[in-house]
Amino acid sequence: MQYQTQSVAKPYFIAAIGLFVGQILFGIIMGLQYVVGDFLFPEIPFNVARMVHTNLLIVWLLFGFMGAAYYMVPEESENELHSPKLAMIMFWIFLVAGALTIVGYLAVPYATLAQITGNDLLPTMGREFLEQPTITKIGIVVVALAFLYNISLTVLKGRKTVISMILLLGLWGLAIFFLFSFYNPENLILDKYFWWWVVHLWVEGVWELIMGAILAFVLIKMTGVDREIIEKWLYVIIAMSLITGIIGTGHHYYWIGAPEYWQWWGSIFSALEPIPFFMMVIFAFNMVNRRRREHPNKAAMLWALGTPVMAFLGAGVWGFLHTLAPVNYYTHGTQITAAHGHMAFYGAYVMVVLAIISYAMPILNGRAAANSEKSQTLEMWSFWLMTVAMVFITLFLTGAGILQIWMQRMGEAPESFMLVQDNIALFYWMREAAGVVFLIGLICYITSFFVGGEERTA
Amino acid sequence: MSEKFTKSMARNTFYGGSAFFFLFFVALTFDTMGTLPERDHRENITHEVALGKKVWEDNNCIGCHTLLGEGAYFAPELGNVYQRFGSSKEAIMAFIQSRPVEGIPGRRSMPQFNLSDEELSAIAEFLKWTSEVNTANWPPNIQG
Repeated sequence: MQYQTQSVAKPYFIAAIGLFVGQILFGIIMGLQYVVGDFLFPEIPFNVARMVHTNLLIVWLLFGFMGAAYYMVPEESENELHSPKLAMIMFWIFLVAGALTIVGYLAVPYATLAQITGNDLLPTMGREFLEQPTITKIGIVVVALAFLYNISLTVLKGRKTVISMILLLGLWGLAIFFLFSFYNPENLILDKYFWWWVVHLWVEGVWELIMGAILAFVLIKMTGVDREIIEKWLYVIIAMSLITGIIGTGHHYYWIGAPEYWQWWGSIFSALEPIPFFMMVIFAFNMVNRRRREHPNKAAMLWALGTPVMAFLGAGVWGFLHTLAPVNYYTHGTQITAAHGHMAFYGAYVMVVLAIISYAMPILNGRAAANSEKSQTLEMWSFWLMTVAMVFITLFLTGAGILQIWMQRMGEAPESFMLVQDNIALFYWMREAAGVVFLIGLICYITSFFVGGEERTA
Repeated sequence: MSEKFTKSMARNTFYGGSAFFFLFFVALTFDTMGTLPERDHRENITHEVALGKKVWEDNNCIGCHTLLGEGAYFAPELGNVYQRFGSSKEAIMAFIQSRPVEGIPGRRSMPQFNLSDEELSAIAEFLKWTSEVNTANWPPNIQG
């Protein structure tokens, strides 16, 4: 570790992984509820399990991003973190607030939670991914501001690199667009329109800046390629991300009451959204081929190369699959969306966080650069188990989606939603099996942290 | 990448391109805000419709259902449920009210939310209002 204060990243990474486990357990529960409808009913109804699953994902990725920033920024700025103490206070506030929110979801009916947290005063709850009580949302803003203050001051005091500027821009954007979660008008259409300013402008906008910055950092460290080259690539990739992604928001505006010109804007621009992901693949493999050193951390290299590939498949290819308006007319709100969502989140954001954790954790644990051979082998097993499982989850959900569209939305005698769900149950069973394999991969991943042994050197 | 394309050109493309398209997005949004009232028939958002949206949110209905295709994919689309239920508010209210507390063995079942009569009527009114938004002819058919 070059700077003492980088160590605050460690608890963030540990919390991220812990919450990741919770996310997957609830995913398994939901997957089972898809085929055994009364599983855990009425104690944990599907909507509660889903809320826990998606909210844990968001929170652990945020822990991951913050941990990444605390690790990267001192090194990039060649400066100690402005206030490690503030970082630790915010860590505990965020963790406790997150845990209390999850307990709230599980312990009382959602309507009761809404009532006791004062949702009547400023109603923001009950919208997909933004289910957190208003008080939790305010807490998120406070934590984000304290975090941004800390990181920004560190950057301002020291060397200003492209990577830290892009990372900062992404993180500020994340905080600013989250403010739209407080806008919840009585008009559902307006509500939906601006809900996407949080959701889309996060995952197909500013989060891509964070992802690009993290990936670029890991590649610089691991390949030793000249920073100038990597930074130029980074600029081009994120330029394409935002140029396509901002107007690409239009692909959510086809069928929610917005004017029909969005079908054109959305289709054209979002059809271009795979380009930056494809460039990321070329970029990562290119840099690794031009490497000037053999980094001993093979596992981190695997994550860093896997990230763009899976992001391109999940966000790029599976996104393109249903983004054109005439196709989306049939696929909108089916299992196709679920298939895309799973692989895109895994490929783009889960994997990039696991890549920085894989790179940084050995160093945070006092090693020179890498874990033992044995530990890395197990981690690479976990990479393949989770990644292949996710490919199959996506394929099975895509199969379910195609059948669902065929039976429910096309043909002479469309069948009802519930009937169709029964007809495609086989695909949900196979998805659940793939989900269990994913969990096994995750167990391998966690186990790899506890495998000791001599450090691997190049 | 070509040597002629310098890092500062890349940087300018990023800042210039992002700023331009964000401003363009804002401009399209202004235009959308101008035309929305014709499509969302907001003049019909009564106190009851607004209460219905609140009931919808307070019970996290989006956690299982889709509404205009957005939400979870565990339970039926509700953007056109009003038409699917024979354009009857009463049918929607009766369905919500009749959900068994302990569920249905082996099957998916909507929870019993114990809504008051006022809330029941409001949620049905909200779903009726939603079904009358101009959604460019979506969903493709009555099954949602």
